[in-house]
Amino acid sequence: MAPTVTVPTPLPEKFPEGTVVEQEGMDQPTWVVQREVLKDLALELRDGPETQFDLMLDLCGTDYPERDQRFEAVYHLYSLPRGERLRLKVPVTEDVPTLPSLIDVWKACDWFEREAWDMFGLRFDGHPNLRRILTHEAFQGHPLRKDYDPARRWILTEDKIYRPHPQPPEGEDDDDIFERMTINIGPSHPAMHGTFRVVATLDGETIVASEVEIGYLHRCFEKMAETHTWQQVIPYTDRLNYCSSFINNVAYCKTVETMLGIEAPPRAVWARTILSEFSRIMDHCVANGSTLVDAGALTNFWYMFQPREEIYGLLEACSGARLTVSYGRIGGLSADLPPDFEARCRRLLEIIPPFIDDVDGLIAKNRIWLDRSVGVAAISGEEAVNWGWTGPCLRASGVGYDVRKAHPYDLYDTVDWEVPIFHGGDVHDRYRVRMAEIRQSLSIIRQLLDRGMPEGPVIVDDPHIALPSKEACYNQMESMIYHFKLIMDGIQVPPGERYSMVEGANGELGFYIVSDGGGKPYRVKVRPPCFPMMSTFSRLIEGGTVSDAVVSLGGLNVIAGELER
Amino acid sequence: MSGLLAAMLEATGPTLFHYVLVPLIKIAIVLFAGVLPLIMYLVLAERKVLGFMQARVGPNRVGLWGLLQPIADVMKLLVKEDVVPRRAVRWAFVLGPCLVVAPAFVIFSVIPFGPPAATEGGISWFVTDINVALLMVLALATLPVYGIILGGWGSNSKFSLLGGLRSAAQMISYEVPQGFALVGPLLLAGTMSLVGIVEAQRDLGMWFIVPQFVAFFVFLVAGVAESNRNPFDLPEAESELVAGFHTEYTGIRFALFFLGEYANMIVVSSVAVTLFLGGWLRPFPSVEALSFLDLSFLPAGLGGVVWFSLKLFVFLFVYIWFRGTFPRYRFDQLMALGWKWMIPLALVNLFLTGLVKVWV
Amino acid sequence: MILAFRSYALPILPAICSRVLGYLPILVFCVVAVLFLAGTLLAARLLRHAGSGATDREPYECGNEPESFAHDHRFSIRYYLLAVLFVIFDVETVFLFPWAVMFDQLALFGFIEMMVFLTILVVGYVYVWNRGALSWA
Repeated sequence: MAPTVTVPTPLPEKFPEGTVVEQEGMDQPTWVVQREVLKDLALELRDGPETQFDLMLDLCGTDYPERDQRFEAVYHLYSLPRGERLRLKVPVTEDVPTLPSLIDVWKACDWFEREAWDMFGLRFDGHPNLRRILTHEAFQGHPLRKDYDPARRWILTEDKIYRPHPQPPEGEDDDDIFERMTINIGPSHPAMHGTFRVVATLDGETIVASEVEIGYLHRCFEKMAETHTWQQVIPYTDRLNYCSSFINNVAYCKTVETMLGIEAPPRAVWARTILSEFSRIMDHCVANGSTLVDAGALTNFWYMFQPREEIYGLLEACSGARLTVSYGRIGGLSADLPPDFEARCRRLLEIIPPFIDDVDGLIAKNRIWLDRSVGVAAISGEEAVNWGWTGPCLRASGVGYDVRKAHPYDLYDTVDWEVPIFHGGDVHDRYRVRMAEIRQSLSIIRQLLDRGMPEGPVIVDDPHIALPSKEACYNQMESMIYHFKLIMDGIQVPPGERYSMVEGANGELGFYIVSDGGGKPYRVKVRPPCFPMMSTFSRLIEGGTVSDAVVSLGGLNVIAGELER
Repeated sequence: MSGLLAAMLEATGPTLFHYVLVPLIKIAIVLFAGVLPLIMYLVLAERKVLGFMQARVGPNRVGLWGLLQPIADVMKLLVKEDVVPRRAVRWAFVLGPCLVVAPAFVIFSVIPFGPPAATEGGISWFVTDINVALLMVLALATLPVYGIILGGWGSNSKFSLLGGLRSAAQMISYEVPQGFALVGPLLLAGTMSLVGIVEAQRDLGMWFIVPQFVAFFVFLVAGVAESNRNPFDLPEAESELVAGFHTEYTGIRFALFFLGEYANMIVVSSVAVTLFLGGWLRPFPSVEALSFLDLSFLPAGLGGVVWFSLKLFVFLFVYIWFRGTFPRYRFDQLMALGWKWMIPLALVNLFLTGLVKVWV
Repeated sequence: MILAFRSYALPILPAICSRVLGYLPILVFCVVAVLFLAGTLLAARLLRHAGSGATDREPYECGNEPESFAHDHRFSIRYYLLAVLFVIFDVETVFLFPWAVMFDQLALFGFIEMMVFLTILVVGYVYVWNRGALSWA
């Protein structure tokens, strides 16, 4: 379902003829913008009362070697007050791949611009720190360019490793310099869930400056997607946010389904909604559990992991895998639900709440926990939006944006549920918002179960999309040919581009996919919800102690697989 | 047996016999049959109890219920590689763990595990009884700070240094309220001999925890902080400073730090039991109707030892329970708690106790 | 030597001396503790396997090559302040201990005197608190 958008058309007329042109026939309003006016336009879009595009969701590059202006920088904007989306495309040539940096307009651009530089070699004038972010310092070339051979290998040596030296703000007392100590927290540190590195300059135990280094788990998922058929990409999506891999499947499949113009059958949609909510519960359990264990509350960690363990049992019964399920397929699900699906879900609904209540009972009023978490690493809603936050962390800062409510998909508009909002924006409210969301998810699942499981197939009945059954494949000529074509050539997705999003466990999980009509995606860009949040980490921890930094990381729910793709 | 003792008495003379040989035997028993096995199985008990608290099972592979796990652990730590970091200060690095363990052991020489000998030549359930025992306990209990800071500084690693500094700051901060808290029972007992303090509780007819519950609370908090245990386990906060002051330690040196920590737990618990929970006395020592609780059917004051052990185990359980319940403090909060809450509380308690004693 | 000690020293030792001898077991315990440590370290030295490469001996820096060592830095001044405060307060405690033991003999006079002493301490304590020396952050 296309988002209903009414972006005011007068705006392009404020700029010289031809610098801002609306592109017709797209899934959402799309303007092709010349780089000269980009910054003015961006400011106008952010502050204009008729636009209010306060959230910069995603910035990525695309490469069309056959065009004169080979590269495009693609911005996805969102207006929280108006619920509207806008895509900006800025074409640049290979010779001068330069754009103005929009870091002053949306701080979220900081890391996204570095990523576009790293992957495509787009240069952003005015960016204070335009270094490689995902690949190694000694890496050569820009891997997502079409002429970069995916099989190419580099030997990356230690001597070119970048050594960050975070500088404290100007005007600090020089006498203190001798007492300052720069330490690496990560990549191999117990509190870094996943592998990233925070280089912190300490005064005593207070962090006066810090710099976050990521990329230790980068595997260039987006390049791999370009060399695989549409269905083959699904297992890679599992490895994005591996704490809730099924939601990634759904996000990817839904995007391709809308490009194909098909809809999954009701049974699959029903199961997708239920399993997505279970995945969300797991993810929230991990986030809260690791926050608490970093605060030293070990018992809660195990209590939070027990529901996760039980949900894995359900996923295993459905798909045969526990962590990386690959259960979604373009057009539905890979296999029918197990016969005891409903009974298993009902059992989970009974055993999960006691664990959640136990943790709340242990911790909710604990003085030490409150002292550790209230007001720690706090961020206002306005600032969080500017940094590109979405999801539970944004809702903990008082901004009630949830894709499931704002742009309902699957069955979310047919059930009765609420978006929990807290206003502290700190570690404590990020914990509370997740606890409340777990309860909401349980309620959604219960309502869907009460409605009853729809009968019918779990994948569309279209031989161009869904594989025929084994039996048909071995006994019917036609089915076998379809099977062969699907395996060898893949699904044929019509040319076009699409941005589609779901509410991932830690925010808006978007897929921007470009198809050239072939059996493989032309470009897949993931909008990883934790990427902008991690880019804020330096700002969050400065002025706090090492303990504050450690306790605030778990609540951001930064998953390295998704962060670095 | 008595013939052998008599022969040894004859061979060595009364002085050596009473002050060297008998204590030596007692020390051997305390150390090798008491403290060391207790530490080994305390570790196992902690893992088991925490496991049950945390919806998991704990060690259960080595021996029945994992009962041989501590032995396996010791063997592993003995054969592990010993790493001294490059540019470490070697003497400090080596001395650190030793300074943590040795003082904790020596404190056990003055802890009365049971009553003194009822008759001439009977068995006293302590190594020695001196009239400044409490002062000595306090003095020795301070020494591990040196071990920790030497180890942390000597490693020449930033995480160790931060852990060592944290630890030293924490321990000296909580030593002040701990000292103040101990003055309360001293006022009531009028002696610094630990045996004397327990006997004073018997004479008073109640454990000192009743009139001195504020002091007990302060001592408990400070004791947990002194032994670096949750919620005050900041020096070795694994999620922040990796392993704090013992980040760089491996094998047997690491084991010694570990040993020292648990020995200190037992020391703090023993002192608390002696000062506040009536040592070897049964509950309600003045109520005649409960005299069967003296367990007088056991030989030579062993009933007292049973009571002492029971109270000790309760205390150690509380330690584990804390760990299963509380999050960890942040450093500035920990210091604020010590300096701004515990010290005034202990001072007020001191003042009120003195006031009551003067008045009554 | 021992025999000589026994035959004439012991009978003339006054009670004070036997009190001093009460400390002898502590000394013995110290020796035992040191021997225990030495024995453990020796046993480990005999049993443990040899060290491996030089990278093992790098200080821990979360997987990175250390750029600076801990000894290149000074401690924060706050630790020093804390140590001074500790010395002040702990000396008070040392005075309190004998006072508490002799409380019954000193009676009201002792109580008032100690309260005066503690008042001075509390004044200093309040001063230090107001100056913010007790706040770590």
